[in-house]
Amino acid sequence: MSDRSDTTTAEPEIEIELDNLTKRFAGQRELAVDNLSMRIPKGEIVILVGPSGCGKTTTMKMINRIIEPSSGRILLGGEDVTKVNPDHLRRRMGYVIQQIGLFPHHTIASNIATVPRMLGWDKHKISSRIDELLEMVGMDPGQYRDRYPKELSGGQRQRVGVARAMSADPDVMLMDEPFGAIDPITRDRLQNEFLRLQEQIKKTIIFVTHDIDEAIKMGDRIAILKDQSKIAQFDTPESILVNPADDFVADFIGRGASLKRLSLSRVRDVELHEWPTASAGTSVEDVRRILDASDKSAVLILDDRRRPVCWVNNDHLRRAGDRAVSEIGLPPDAVVQPNATLSDTLNEMITARYSTAIVVDADRAYRGIVDIDTINESVQSMREAERGRLRAEAPHPAADHDGAGLP
Amino acid sequence: MTVTDSSSGTDRSDAASVALGARVGAAQPGQRTLVGYLFMPVLLLAVLATLYFYGQSRTYSSGEQRRLNADVIQTETWEHIKLTVVSTVFVLLIAIPVGVLLTRSFARYITPPILAVFNIGQAMPSIGVVALLAIVFSIGFKYAVIALVVYTVIPVLRNTMVGLRQVDATVIEAARGMGMTKRAVLVRIELPLAVPIIMAGVRTALTINVGTATLGTFIGAGGLGGLIVAGFVQNKQFITVVGAILVASLALLIDYLAAIAEEQLRPRGI
Repeated sequence: MSDRSDTTTAEPEIEIELDNLTKRFAGQRELAVDNLSMRIPKGEIVILVGPSGCGKTTTMKMINRIIEPSSGRILLGGEDVTKVNPDHLRRRMGYVIQQIGLFPHHTIASNIATVPRMLGWDKHKISSRIDELLEMVGMDPGQYRDRYPKELSGGQRQRVGVARAMSADPDVMLMDEPFGAIDPITRDRLQNEFLRLQEQIKKTIIFVTHDIDEAIKMGDRIAILKDQSKIAQFDTPESILVNPADDFVADFIGRGASLKRLSLSRVRDVELHEWPTASAGTSVEDVRRILDASDKSAVLILDDRRRPVCWVNNDHLRRAGDRAVSEIGLPPDAVVQPNATLSDTLNEMITARYSTAIVVDADRAYRGIVDIDTINESVQSMREAERGRLRAEAPHPAADHDGAGLP
Repeated sequence: MTVTDSSSGTDRSDAASVALGARVGAAQPGQRTLVGYLFMPVLLLAVLATLYFYGQSRTYSSGEQRRLNADVIQTETWEHIKLTVVSTVFVLLIAIPVGVLLTRSFARYITPPILAVFNIGQAMPSIGVVALLAIVFSIGFKYAVIALVVYTVIPVLRNTMVGLRQVDATVIEAARGMGMTKRAVLVRIELPLAVPIIMAGVRTALTINVGTATLGTFIGAGGLGGLIVAGFVQNKQFITVVGAILVASLALLIDYLAAIAEEQLRPRGI
C-alpha cells in the first residue's frame, strides 16, 4: 500500500499559511474578512471561534476556495494554492460540515470512496481503505458498508462524514462545526474519539465552532475572532484561559474560566488510584475478605476481560443469599477513558452521584479510579501554576496579538 | 460562489432513520407486490375483452364496418402511440436540458422570462394550439407533434427545475468541497436525486399527450381521435364509445408503464 493511504505513518504533514486574506462579497460594503494573516502549524488542531457572523466560516471556506478570496494568498506547505485548480486542491483536503452532506443515494462505502475514485485508485485499494476507515471510526464494515445514510443515526452519519473526509488521507482537514448538530452526549463521545484519532493521524486541522467549550477541549491552539475575522487572540487554550488578551476575549470565554480549565487536563495526566477489585467468579466470602482487608467501602467486580460489572459493598454482600457477586451491587456508572477531560469526568460523577469514576482503556478494561479529591487537587495546582506565571510575566502587552500569527 | 440556497436542508431524513434496526433497503416503500404489478394489465384486458365480445355480437351498418375493423383500429392505435411517444421524447429532449440550464447559478436572471415564454404554450387551450399551427404552417404528423410538445413541455420543465432545486444544498456543498467538478455534481448527485420528481413530470406529460393526441385527427395526423370524431359525424355512438375506451385504456396502460419506470429509476436510499 502506498504511503498516502497508510494513516498510522502519516508523515507528510503540512502547515497552512494565510497571507492577508480578504473577502468582500458582491453588493456588501463591509468586508467579510479583513486582511487576515495566520499560520496553522502542521499536525495541530487550530480552532477558529467567535460570535455568529464574525467571518470564521467564510475564512475556512476560503482555504479550500469554496469561497474565492478577494485578495491575499493561501500557502499549503509553502506552495501558493490561490490560483491552482480548486477541484484538485479540494481533493487534497478533507472537508466536514455540520450537516455532513452524505450522498443519500450512495451506500456508506460509496460515500467514503468518493475522493479515492476521483483520484483513480484501483478497486481493491479503495475497498480495503473503506474497511480501514470504518474500523477507525468505530463502525463494523460488514454491518455498515452497504447501508444507506438514512439507515444510520445522527452520530453514525457524523462518523461516516469524518471517514469520508479522511478517505484519501489528506494532509489537511477543514471542519465546520462538525459536531454541532448532535446531541450533547454523542457529541462528547465523538469529540473524544476524534481526539484519540488525531493522536494517531496528526492531520493539520482547521476547526470552526462558536462554542468556546468545544474550542478549549479540541484545540491545540485557538484563534478567537472578532468581526471581519480580526484575530482577538491566537494562542493555546491554557494561555487564553489564564491570560485573555482583552475584554472581548474575557467576555467570550465567559464566567467560570477556572471550571473550564478542567477541560484542559485529561484523565491520563493525573495519577490514577488503585481500588480493590475481584473477578466476577469470586465467591461472596472471598469478596468480603477482600473488602475487609481494604480501607474502601466497596469492591469493584470485573468480568473475565477486566471490564467493570458492578460495585459491591457490605450491605450487598449481606443480602447476597446464593446469588453470584456479579448479580448484586450497584451498576458501574461514571466510566471514563484516559482521554476524557477532568471536566467530563466530574460531569460523569455528578450524573452518577458517585464520588469516583472508573477509568477504562479502549477495550473497556479497568485501569484505575479517579476520585473527587484528585480533581480538586488538579484545580488547585492549576491555580497555583497560573499565579506563578502571572507573577513571573510582566503585564501582557496588548498590542502583540493583532494578527501577526505565531510568536 | 457556491450553489447554495441555505435555509433548506439540515437533517431531512433524520427523524425517519433514528429507529433503524432492520435493513430498510430490502423492502422499499413503492416496491410492488405481484398483485400490484398484475392489477392494471388484467383490468385493461378484461375491459378490452368485454368490448371485443360485445362488438362481435352486434350487427353493423356499412358505415360502422368501414370504421370498426382490425385494420383501422390497429392503424389508429399505432398512430396514437407514435404521436404520444414521439412528442414525449421531444419534450424530454427539450425540457430536461433547459431545466438543467435554468437552474445553474449563471442563469438566475434569464430564468423568469424564459419560463414565461414556455408558459404561453400551456396557457393556450390545446385545440387552439393545434388549429393555429395548422393554419400558420401545415397539417400532418409533424405539426401535431409540435403542438403536443408546446403544450406539455412546461410540466416536465417545471418538475426538472423543482427536482434539481430540492436537492439538499449541503449535499452539493459537501460534493464540491470534496473536489467534485460542477459537471460531476450535476450528473452524479443532482440529477439522480431529482429523478423521482422529473419522472413524475414525465408521467404527467405522457398522460396529457395521450389525451391531447386525440386532437391529431383534426390536422391529419391520425390517431384514435379519428374513431371518436367519426362516431359523432355519422351519429353512430358505438364508434365513439370504442374510440373513447381505446384512448382511455391506452392512457391507463402508458401511465402504468411510466409508474413502473418511475419506481425502477428512483435511486435506492432516497
